[in-house]
Amino acid sequence: MDKQTYLDLYYQMVLIRRLEERGAELYQAGKIGGFMHLYIGQEAVSTGLIAARQPQDRVITAYRDHGVAINCGIPANQVMAELLGKASGISKGRGGSMHMADVTKNFWGGHAIVGAHMPLASGMALGDKYAGRDGVTICMFGEGATNIGFFHEALNLSKVWMLPVLWVCENNRYGMGTAVARASAVSEIQQKAEGYDMAHERVDGMDVLAVYKAAKKAIEAVRSGSGPRMLEIMTYRFRGHSMGDPERYRKQEEVKKWEEQDPIGVFCDYLTSNKKATNGELDAIDERAKADVQKAVEFAEASPEPALETLFDNIYAEEVQ
Amino acid sequence: MARLTMREAISQAMWEEMERDPNVFILGEEVGVWGGSYAVTKGFYDHFGGERVRDTPIAEAAIIGAAIGSAMTGLRPIAELMTINFAFAAMDHIVNETAKLHYMFGGQFVLPMVIRAVTGGGRQLGATHSQTPDAIFAHFPGLKVVSPGTPEDAKGLLKAAIRSNDPVLFLEQATLYQVRGEVPDGDYVIPIGKSKVQRPGKDVTIVTYSKGLEISLKAAELLAKEGVEAEIVDLRSLRPLDMDPVIESFKKTNRAVVVEEGWKSFGVGAEVSARIYEQAFDYVDAPVRRVAQKEVPLPYNRTLEQSALPQVEDVIAAVKEVL
Repeated sequence: MDKQTYLDLYYQMVLIRRLEERGAELYQAGKIGGFMHLYIGQEAVSTGLIAARQPQDRVITAYRDHGVAINCGIPANQVMAELLGKASGISKGRGGSMHMADVTKNFWGGHAIVGAHMPLASGMALGDKYAGRDGVTICMFGEGATNIGFFHEALNLSKVWMLPVLWVCENNRYGMGTAVARASAVSEIQQKAEGYDMAHERVDGMDVLAVYKAAKKAIEAVRSGSGPRMLEIMTYRFRGHSMGDPERYRKQEEVKKWEEQDPIGVFCDYLTSNKKATNGELDAIDERAKADVQKAVEFAEASPEPALETLFDNIYAEEVQ
Repeated sequence: MARLTMREAISQAMWEEMERDPNVFILGEEVGVWGGSYAVTKGFYDHFGGERVRDTPIAEAAIIGAAIGSAMTGLRPIAELMTINFAFAAMDHIVNETAKLHYMFGGQFVLPMVIRAVTGGGRQLGATHSQTPDAIFAHFPGLKVVSPGTPEDAKGLLKAAIRSNDPVLFLEQATLYQVRGEVPDGDYVIPIGKSKVQRPGKDVTIVTYSKGLEISLKAAELLAKEGVEAEIVDLRSLRPLDMDPVIESFKKTNRAVVVEEGWKSFGVGAEVSARIYEQAFDYVDAPVRRVAQKEVPLPYNRTLEQSALPQVEDVIAAVKEVL
């Protein structure tokens, strides 16, 4: 990995962090509505994962999608505008926090029903296989989604049809407020891959380079035609499940302990101690990210609301009387 | 023109579309090697191969979900649900994904997919396998719901559904598969969302679709012997719902009966009669009557089952009430 790539990964992680911190402020100020789930603490997962993909590889994820959107290349302006429900948002103000997509960047959403996007991932991989393309579909989901039937139907189908899917479980240890051990019969989610005869690996999700390396290997293995496989990426969210989380299910000491492994701090230490980057360079990136988020907020605030006469646009692709 | 069964017409539509467009493929339970549990895809597997006629596990969410995902990549899947009763296991994918993704992502991609399913009762399959929940699916903007009553319409509408860039739920009433009718030769498409007058008349308007059309046509023949000429408007699709021919007919007859196989409460008859009152109140000479299934889970026993399903004599009685 060259220096520029290191710096770019660092920039993406910081950009996600700053964008979401501003998003939380705007939410508290009543400018963002609905549900909003922050990715803070988990940035290394999608940053490392998506850095390892090729352009032809599709990405689909659940509702904690702001970071994934940034990593897939959606400009911060359009992410912020979507959070504010503006016409210039990536989903034209129809989707909101949980439903962002940009198919020109091969990012297919942003899906808010737990686990429901997983059969879609099998279908997208079928589409690529059917057409003879060599793309891999990367499907991200939380560990809580592995307890719903969709997960099992999707994994089974992907193996039966040998579809090019990389299943990526982001294990942040709580499905809303329910700890893994209280909801899943097996404590290691990767064990569930065994039931579908899939290769699997557990990865440290607080280390962006560990995620990148494991993802690179897994994506290319899937691309080679060896069938679907699973990564279980161990991570932790520093904020609540969503903005309205009383956090009665965990102690602040636990959160503090994890914050010592902040993926941005871990990566910063790695870059400086291995002389990949200087503190000055990283400070400059911090400033750039802050400025980009400020511009995104200004862009979003200045953008028009969707026009009322567009309410019925895109219910159908074809004219309906 | 050829006389074909509904089954043959549906089968031909898919066969011709698969010959025409390599992106069209079929997936579902027993669609391939078995030849379709209702024999609609008989011969497809041998001709088109397992890549295009894909047997799936018994996993309805995976079937509909995979259809959605493949449609997102540009394929044109025809997903077969063995019966509409099994759609409830895929309800999230039909309601929360199929009907919404195009809108929710601002129109970034289309879902050119068809979900075919057998609907209706009358075959002594018991309460879980005999439902006619068509109206439920017509509730959701984003989905199109089509249900033909003749072989000609079945072929033309299914071709339109396969070529549509919108998701279409295509409901086939099981006891109509053996019904024969004239089907035009060659390639033809019937636009989705157009009701059709299937029998002209002047005395009363019968609004119906699918199995209700068969019942209503028989009722109209018997009524004609008594000097009553019923006009029958076949909705053919529940969403979009084309009320124009209904209203036009009603303004002439001033009397209407709505006939459906599903339950009456919150059903097609409720919707159509409300729209008649909204759009043609000044023309109403009698309250609109609804003929529908009795409000009971369908029993296995043949006599009990038939007593709960709408019959020809129920339509005749309703017509006499509004005359």
